[in-house]
Amino acid sequence: MNPRSDFPILNKTINGETIVYFDNAATTQKPQIVIDAVSNFYTNSNANVHRGINPLAEEATKLYEDARATVAQFIGAASKEIIFTRGTTESINLVARAWGEASLQAGDIVVLSQAEHHANYVPWLQLKEKLGIKLAVIPVLASGELDLQAAKKLLAEPRVKLLTLSQASNVLGIINPIKELFAEARDLGIVTLLDAAQTVGHLPIDVLDLHCDFLVASAHKLYGPTGVGILFGRAELLAKMPPFLGGGGMIASVATDSFVAGPVPEKFEAGTPPIAEAIGMAAACDYIKQVSWTEIIKQEETLTEYATQKLVERPYIKLLGTALKRLPVFSLVINDLHAHDLADLLGQAGFITRAGHHCAQPLHDSLGVVASLRLSLSFYNTTEELDRFFSALDQVYQSFN
Amino acid sequence: MDLYAYQILDHYKRPRNYGVLTDADASSEQANLSCGDNIVMYLKLDDDKIAKLQFTGDGCAISKATASMLTEKLVGKKTTEVLAMDLESIRELLHIEISDRRSGCAMIGLSAVQKAIKNT
Repeated sequence: MNPRSDFPILNKTINGETIVYFDNAATTQKPQIVIDAVSNFYTNSNANVHRGINPLAEEATKLYEDARATVAQFIGAASKEIIFTRGTTESINLVARAWGEASLQAGDIVVLSQAEHHANYVPWLQLKEKLGIKLAVIPVLASGELDLQAAKKLLAEPRVKLLTLSQASNVLGIINPIKELFAEARDLGIVTLLDAAQTVGHLPIDVLDLHCDFLVASAHKLYGPTGVGILFGRAELLAKMPPFLGGGGMIASVATDSFVAGPVPEKFEAGTPPIAEAIGMAAACDYIKQVSWTEIIKQEETLTEYATQKLVERPYIKLLGTALKRLPVFSLVINDLHAHDLADLLGQAGFITRAGHHCAQPLHDSLGVVASLRLSLSFYNTTEELDRFFSALDQVYQSFN
Repeated sequence: MDLYAYQILDHYKRPRNYGVLTDADASSEQANLSCGDNIVMYLKLDDDKIAKLQFTGDGCAISKATASMLTEKLVGKKTTEVLAMDLESIRELLHIEISDRRSGCAMIGLSAVQKAIKNT
């Protein structure tokens, strides 16, 4: 298997060096098959969906609904439980607005973790301002793992209504024991939301197995296009929720003084949806199945092990979060060497990494770190790329000292 | 790999005029939250000219070195002159290419000085 040839951008050069793309947690690259799916739609089938009795609209609608079925099946859900959104952020906002505003009252508690992405903080902070709900934060241990004892204590509070967690932190890469925590939440009647943005391209996910009431993810971290993502919601929950955005496509009927919302999932898809992008997302799901989870996991485990070894060999590097059960995601801190300088200098040599707090300021604050350098790998990366990376890193480090 | 000019690394590692200026006429803090840079500039004026500049804070090499170099180069300059400075002036001062992605780092020190002038 050589998946690299599926991704045309991996041949790109910067300053004469072939790029080493280590920013997969920000967005993954796209295989030709996904690029072709989007391009083919515009070339051969473009029309608006669910509108107009014409054969082209019918063709586009079928492709769009087939995409929904493919994505649903990819996470073990039914088509009518999948809403296409602009991405993970919009999906969480949809839950906060449509479910949260209808179901939460002042004093109710939303439990989340210290390591959540801003996308899983801010919508709940907005509800805190608007409704007077409370946020309870599960601390992260020095190993990068969630403090499970603290989590269980927090969940036992009587007014907890929602547990919302990322399956893996986008900074630490450490995989959280979702099944265990969500099972406990379910037993206590707490609604569960899984932010699978970071994991959906790295691990097989089954919403039933993980006890998810809601799951959110983006296509662009799954080798698919930007601008589209999903909200999975259990059918009973979605049926009870009021609509989110209002407009065309989400209604059954509109009069000058009232409207009736349409059925799920259209109820939550106001306006022209990201049609080509949804089709691209389905192509990405098919691509992953074609490569196979076995191959993806095998290669990513090899890379994780190899990178860990390289990190351990370098005492000048501090790795944020050391637990072993992780994605190939590593955030580094180097004394007296700011992450921005590292990312910039490495970038000039073709290494694509990310510096900053990675939209996880509460986590960085708790670790006492202002910024880190993140490498996030994918199955198309290689141990040779890691060799090149660490030798470049050594060079930058030496030049600063 | 292109490394930063020696001068920048030197100012980064041995920042000049670093520390709180206790008899400052004005000060100003500039922060770039996305990268964690944070620079406080302390300003002392002599009529319409800059008499003394000191700074505290932390940041990347570009932001810290720029702040340090400014505390040397701007002394004696008229405040109106300093207020008219921009990214181009910083480029000339540093003698390096500043890419768009680093322009925020390069400007934080100057913004702090300019804000301090406005605070007097």
